[in-house]
Amino acid sequence: MSRVEAAVPAGAVDVPRRPGPLWTFGLLRSELVTTFRRWRTLALLGVLAAVPVLVGIAVRIETGDGSPDGRGGGGPAFISQITNNGLFLVFTALAATLPFFLPMAIGVVAGDAIAGEAGAGTLRYLLVAPAGRTRLLLTKYATTIAFCLVATLVVAASAMLVGALLFPLGDLTTISGTRITFAEGLGRAALIALVVAASLTGVAALGLFVSTLTGSGIAAMATTVGLLITVQILDQIPQLHAIQPYLFSHYWLSFADLLREPVYWDDLVRNLGLQGLYAAVFGTAAWARFTTKDIST
Amino acid sequence: MDEPSATQPPPPDADADAGADARAHAGAGVIATRGLTKRYRGGQLAVDGLDLTVPAGSVFGFLGPNGSGKTTTIRMLMGLIAPTSGTARVLGQPMPRASRAVLPQVGALIEGPALYGFLSGRDNLTRYDAADPTADPRTRRTRVAQALDRVGLSAAAGKKAKAYSLGMKQRLGLAAALLQPRRLLVLDEPTNGLDPQGMREIRTLVRELAFDGTTVFLSSHLLDEIEQVCTHAAVMAQGRLVTQGAVSDLAAGARGRLVVTTPDPGDAARVLKEQGVGDLVVAEDRVTGEPPERDLAEVNAALVTAGVRVRGFGVERASLEDAFVALTGEGFDVAG
Repeated sequence: MSRVEAAVPAGAVDVPRRPGPLWTFGLLRSELVTTFRRWRTLALLGVLAAVPVLVGIAVRIETGDGSPDGRGGGGPAFISQITNNGLFLVFTALAATLPFFLPMAIGVVAGDAIAGEAGAGTLRYLLVAPAGRTRLLLTKYATTIAFCLVATLVVAASAMLVGALLFPLGDLTTISGTRITFAEGLGRAALIALVVAASLTGVAALGLFVSTLTGSGIAAMATTVGLLITVQILDQIPQLHAIQPYLFSHYWLSFADLLREPVYWDDLVRNLGLQGLYAAVFGTAAWARFTTKDIST
Repeated sequence: MDEPSATQPPPPDADADAGADARAHAGAGVIATRGLTKRYRGGQLAVDGLDLTVPAGSVFGFLGPNGSGKTTTIRMLMGLIAPTSGTARVLGQPMPRASRAVLPQVGALIEGPALYGFLSGRDNLTRYDAADPTADPRTRRTRVAQALDRVGLSAAAGKKAKAYSLGMKQRLGLAAALLQPRRLLVLDEPTNGLDPQGMREIRTLVRELAFDGTTVFLSSHLLDEIEQVCTHAAVMAQGRLVTQGAVSDLAAGARGRLVVTTPDPGDAARVLKEQGVGDLVVAEDRVTGEPPERDLAEVNAALVTAGVRVRGFGVERASLEDAFVALTGEGFDVAG
């Protein structure tokens, strides 16, 4: 009898509804919209966009007195080249934000991903909807990766704009001394932005794992940022060179190798491999934790 | 804990069987737990060997003082907390294993509403609806509007949720539970924070939903609320189930009290005691006590014969509160 009944009217309450095949993308879309509508996310992006503006203006003022190239000796990579070619502001800005600003922004978004929802209580309603724990975690990670990309692109785009406004543009000289056209330089800049975004996937996975450990978004953000700073300090201590190749930030600045002719791939590949390893290890840990966790907030 | 992937839809027959399975179990209760136990890591026993059966189509009141294990039970039923031992079946399927199949048919309000303050009421509902794998995105806008309308929030739908009053948040939480037709509604303190008018509206809504065939599982600390809307009830105390059954049976379990209204309470109390009325309480012009086994007409006649002027004489119906006190030996300590 029941089989006949089950086939009966589509509007009946007790006919189990089937998931639409694309609903996961609906969840991802909802997650993206929710994340990027947060005032905090926009503030982070605003700060990131301001960094190239500050660097650009500072370089402009320094060199405004007629001295041919701003010789500061120190400062972020490529800074002395900016006056010759505004495109170098993109590389300088990325080199300046990659050690702290960018990963800190990622730490805030990743740390808040699960813990923030748990703290606000919205996590329980997402889970009884039911979003599914594995699916929700994957969606959160995908959104954090999307934020990595957007944050990097915001820095790059802001730098490009400021560079074009304040400095001349044109063909550029690679680190190896060869000349490439401006169009190819733009291509390299886009590639570098992608590599920088990919460099952040490891810290994103770490932040997500921390986020599954606590019910407080603030605690998760602080822990992630604290870990980031610790790792950056450890990477500076010469006596620790044995462990340094395993720190997620160790090969970050290898993106500069994309400006060699020919491109020097070794450290780039090591960097991406290391990020993959961190994503796998901490992604699995986050999954193991989150799928067995009692949700009591 | 994990669910079958959405990329591998089950064969159509499996769904039909699942439906048949659910109906076959409906007789055993929309919610059925066996020995359900939760011990927290500190060793504290929050829920102890719970055998709960919620009949299909009932409005089921879940009663108990704070800290008696109601919320832990609800969280286990919804797959948010894993039981230490025992089993829970919801809509005939085991929880939390069958979350993916069961939860889309369940609307829930657990420990008050939780909202994204920076989103409007409408966007909050859209977000929760997007998290439901069975929700059709094409009808989302309509269903969200209907749910808002049903709880009377249409006018405030565009306002940011952080600007909502407690009562409005509560309504929005209810609206989220009503985004789809549900077979079971789990409502934890649904009238919390509402004014009397709002409470009445929610009660009416619960009755309507029950009339449409939805089983409603309602936890409340307001006994008269349970008495007004519930057909069945269960009482918990200190993690254990004290009793469960039809509300009329529960109330009948506690005997009513004899109430005599008189300007001569002292004499009345003396005569009533002679007539075998126990547990006498005198309060101004009211004398109450446990009614004796004998015919109450004789008790009344004895009062009048003794010259006691009687204004009122009768038995007050036992309330659920009386039943609760009789069962647990304690008051219904809401604040505790």
